[in-house]
Amino acid sequence: MQKKHLTAALGLAALLAAGPALAQEGPTDVPVHSVFVLNTLLFLIGGFLVMFMACGFAMLEAGLVRSKNVAMQCTKNIALFSIAAIGYYIIGYNLMYPLGNWSIGTDDTGGYLGAFGVAVLEAVGIGADDADDLSYASTGSDYFFQLMFCAATASIVSGALAERIKLWPFLIFTFILTAIIYPIQASWKWGGGFLDSQFGFLDFAGSTVVHSVGGWAALAGAIILGARKGKYDSSGGIHPMPGSSLPLATLGTFILWLGWFGFNGGSQLAMGSIGDVADVSRIFANTNAAAAGGVVAVVILTQVMFGKVDLTMALNGALAGLVSITAEPLTPSLGAATLIGAVGGVIVVFTVPLLDKLKIDDVVGAIPVHLFAGIWGTLAVLLTNSDATFMGQLIPIIIVGVFVFVVSTVVWLILNTVMGIRVSEEAEIAGLDTSELGMEAYPEFGKGSQTI
Amino acid sequence: MKLIIAVIKPFKLEEVRTALSGLGVQGLMVSEVKGFGRQSGHTEIYRGAEYTVNFVPKLKLEIVVNDDQVEQVTDTIAKTAQTGKIGDGKIFVLGVEQALRVRTGERDEDAI
Repeated sequence: MQKKHLTAALGLAALLAAGPALAQEGPTDVPVHSVFVLNTLLFLIGGFLVMFMACGFAMLEAGLVRSKNVAMQCTKNIALFSIAAIGYYIIGYNLMYPLGNWSIGTDDTGGYLGAFGVAVLEAVGIGADDADDLSYASTGSDYFFQLMFCAATASIVSGALAERIKLWPFLIFTFILTAIIYPIQASWKWGGGFLDSQFGFLDFAGSTVVHSVGGWAALAGAIILGARKGKYDSSGGIHPMPGSSLPLATLGTFILWLGWFGFNGGSQLAMGSIGDVADVSRIFANTNAAAAGGVVAVVILTQVMFGKVDLTMALNGALAGLVSITAEPLTPSLGAATLIGAVGGVIVVFTVPLLDKLKIDDVVGAIPVHLFAGIWGTLAVLLTNSDATFMGQLIPIIIVGVFVFVVSTVVWLILNTVMGIRVSEEAEIAGLDTSELGMEAYPEFGKGSQTI
Repeated sequence: MKLIIAVIKPFKLEEVRTALSGLGVQGLMVSEVKGFGRQSGHTEIYRGAEYTVNFVPKLKLEIVVNDDQVEQVTDTIAKTAQTGKIGDGKIFVLGVEQALRVRTGERDEDAI
């Protein structure tokens, strides 16, 4: 996603240049009102597709945790999505898109901290003269679309910390992440801040801005929280805890895959010309190709390395492929997109066991998928987009990483000191469903993970 | 009267049931169980980490028969449940002191 106001300015320039001669070649073939309508439609369709990714995350996580923690995982997912909606409204949106009104910095010298204030939509029943930006899209559609990205970032965190984190500290962290941490770093790129203006950083739909950010926050939390009881023993043994429902995890992955067309396709931010709608189409096709590449790479690699195909890693492979293509889904060919996604899959197969060796317990593989593949995807922009520079990609990856990891660590440590972030050992063994919620996900079925 | 307890591989159940019906066995009980024998479980890989499955899923059959049927029934179970591979299961035979059919009050061999 390019920064919003730059796109708007370019659109305005195109409009002014066109003047009375609306029959010229190019974007001006479409009347400006239609451009506004079509762009808005893209945001609304893209936005509700990305909203459905919240369902995908919920199902993926519900399937990969043990049955005694499924109701809690569903609770966290619907609550975090709703908290993100409030945090982004109250603080996040204007912090992320200050439109030049930086609290610290300027558009020219580099913006560091955006504006403070609640999000405000256009009035009811506006005419063309009242639109905030006639050459772009309605503010309501832009807000809606951007909110969904913010919520997706928070969803990434919940999976990694599943099965042992207390509900309320997690939700407090979610509010801080979605209202402050995510919007500040996102403003540096998409709000036209210093990563955009000073480094020429390219991150189309957010391999770094969304996915790595979720991954860094999850990594900080997973380290402070510690592994689930019984996952690692003192002699270096690893004890897998298979998930409750692989069909649910597969459904969740397919839903995320579908939602990603809105995530990447909508990030073209324009559909009001032949060029834009053709680009959106390219993005859809490349996004799909990358996911497929990720799955195929994992299926082959796990067969060769472990003697059997690992479904849960194949699901991670699809998502790693998608994360890998997210920083640049437009310029690659279908073949390049497939290969970029396949590398994401390879990263999953090698880094899931690596995290286990380090005794960092990531229940659903969120850190390999979103952080490691996110870094790869951000660097992969260099392969197909000649506007990208190595340092222009690498330095922002490091800056965003340090910022999010350090701030998240501080927040987790404060929460841990003030209220404790981990449930008691007894509650963990009984399962969070009964101990924290007093209800079970499957009260009428077999006992699942609670049997021998 | 004897109680025959047979632990077999789950996929062999239908074959065993059909063979026992052919012998005139009037009833049997089945339960899903987990356990280990000389096989001592086996190893699997989940997300790249090897782990031991300590308890392997099996089916437990419980059949009460007259003394003169014991050899025929145990032989039939052993023959039909056998694959020749590790983990085919075991059969135990125990004495039964009494039997009673709840509906009619019949006792012992009449109740089987």
